[in-house]
Amino acid sequence: MQQVAQAAAQLHASTTISLGSEVIVKNVGKAYGAEKFAKTVVHNCSFTIERGKLTVMIGPSGCGKSTLIRLLAGFERPSTGDLFVDEKSITGPGVDRLVVFQESALFPWMTTYDNIMYGPRARGEDTPQMRALAETLLQKVGLAAFRRKYPSQLSGGMQRRAELARSMINQPKVMILDEPFRGLDAMTKRLMQEYFANLFNEFRRTTFFVTTDIDEAIYLADRILIMTNIPTQVRASIDVNLPRPRNVENITESDEANAIKMQALLHEEAMKSFARGSKAAADFIEAYSKRIGKD
Amino acid sequence: MNLVGTVLARVMLLITDENFWRGIVSIVVFVMFWEVGSRSQALFGFAFPWVSQVPPPTAVALEMFHLIQQPSFWVSAYLSTVRVFEGFFAAMLVGIPLGLAMAVSRTFYGMAFPVFEVLRPIPPLAWVPASIIFWPTQELSIAFVTFLGAFFTIVINVIGGAQSIDVRYFQAARSMGSSTWDIFRRIILPGVLPSIVVGATVGVGITWAVVVAAEMISGGGSAGSVGGASGGGLGFFIWNSYVGGSYTQIVAGMISIGIAGYMSSAVLRKLGAWMTPWLAEG
Repeated sequence: MQQVAQAAAQLHASTTISLGSEVIVKNVGKAYGAEKFAKTVVHNCSFTIERGKLTVMIGPSGCGKSTLIRLLAGFERPSTGDLFVDEKSITGPGVDRLVVFQESALFPWMTTYDNIMYGPRARGEDTPQMRALAETLLQKVGLAAFRRKYPSQLSGGMQRRAELARSMINQPKVMILDEPFRGLDAMTKRLMQEYFANLFNEFRRTTFFVTTDIDEAIYLADRILIMTNIPTQVRASIDVNLPRPRNVENITESDEANAIKMQALLHEEAMKSFARGSKAAADFIEAYSKRIGKD
Repeated sequence: MNLVGTVLARVMLLITDENFWRGIVSIVVFVMFWEVGSRSQALFGFAFPWVSQVPPPTAVALEMFHLIQQPSFWVSAYLSTVRVFEGFFAAMLVGIPLGLAMAVSRTFYGMAFPVFEVLRPIPPLAWVPASIIFWPTQELSIAFVTFLGAFFTIVINVIGGAQSIDVRYFQAARSMGSSTWDIFRRIILPGVLPSIVVGATVGVGITWAVVVAAEMISGGGSAGSVGGASGGGLGFFIWNSYVGGSYTQIVAGMISIGIAGYMSSAVLRKLGAWMTPWLAEG
């Protein structure tokens, strides 16, 4: 029991002292295919993922967001430009940058516990400290009772939480999440957003979160990057200075949040990311304009 | 007490299962049709086509009852089983590493797969004459043919299974600091295991089909010539019954093979389910 408490303290200390890394994407371009038939997916894209902040990237689906994630994770190399973690160029996958994938990428043949312990065991660190840390994380994500279950026996929301824990045990300097709550039902999705916001609030590590849902973006982000369609570039960068912890209900009511949403929706690309297409976005803009006019 | 309880619970589960009763009904109807059909000449005065040529199930059951009391029948069953599992285990032993090597190395795949694909469509039985020439004893040539029966199925399943592992598992594993050996051991092996189980279950069925035919063609192996009519495996047993004109024995032999094949597959399925607990429902 004492060991568990120590592990929790260790996780806390290591995460709060260092806020993670700073990631700089500099003039990055990525094209697929041979020279003549090359298709440029990302073109001259630059942005910074700030230390200890939650940066959310939104943009229409199929706009090359996942390509950027593969570049950040180091699964692929850029055609032009470079990416840096703490001023060091990214040359391959590394435990400092962990990706949580769109649909669950938990290993189906391992129990929840074995999945979480995958990283430490891969590096030969199956130590009592790590086991205690796994224990702490299991409790943190509310899966202690499910440690011996296989992923197929968990619900969609549980799988995402298990995956968060599997990443967090490695104490990455940057967490990269590729539409992690996509495909969940509305209820579970909101619970997961609150859950995730709380985890971030507690640990404050550099986080890069990709989504197509503008409400999710405003609820979570310190800064929103709106991307253009292919070839992908940053269209706009909007700072979200709403106080944490945030509350989903308050956010839909808050003038500040609505102003940010309005600002974001002025970009065509963000319109497409709003709830169910640009009709809903147009309605929102109309309603918001009226409200501003009245006040 | 506990054991009695679980057995009772299992029985309850079985007798409340609709499909269990569907199975019972279908078997009973099948056997009745067979019985009536094969006695149609006596019952209705005209012979049903095809079925009337087959001995009735009651006669076959009686024959089986006699057979299972004869040691020579069990020797036949034993010989066939040994040949099946010799071939089957050899196929697993060679097929799994070969399939994994082809799945892991592009270079090896490029070299080995064309040869493999040319040999694969050759039916195992077409190998019988060549096999008799290659191998010094008949026993070895029969085992070799049964080996071929399972081998290609297992290799194809291993390759397919490895190739269908989600690329994100590799990416996730690499991100978390896995070495190549670690990925092989903890991602590829368990990822391929379900396909190995499928390949083995299908393969053992083919092996039974092949061993019987091989025994018929090659005359039941060396044991056949020594032990006489009933010493050469179930395939030779059937062939011998045909030559001897005992039709009930033919059908009894066929049913024994059906049962043996079913039991082999069932054992492998159980073993497979035990090795891949994550595929269990619920």
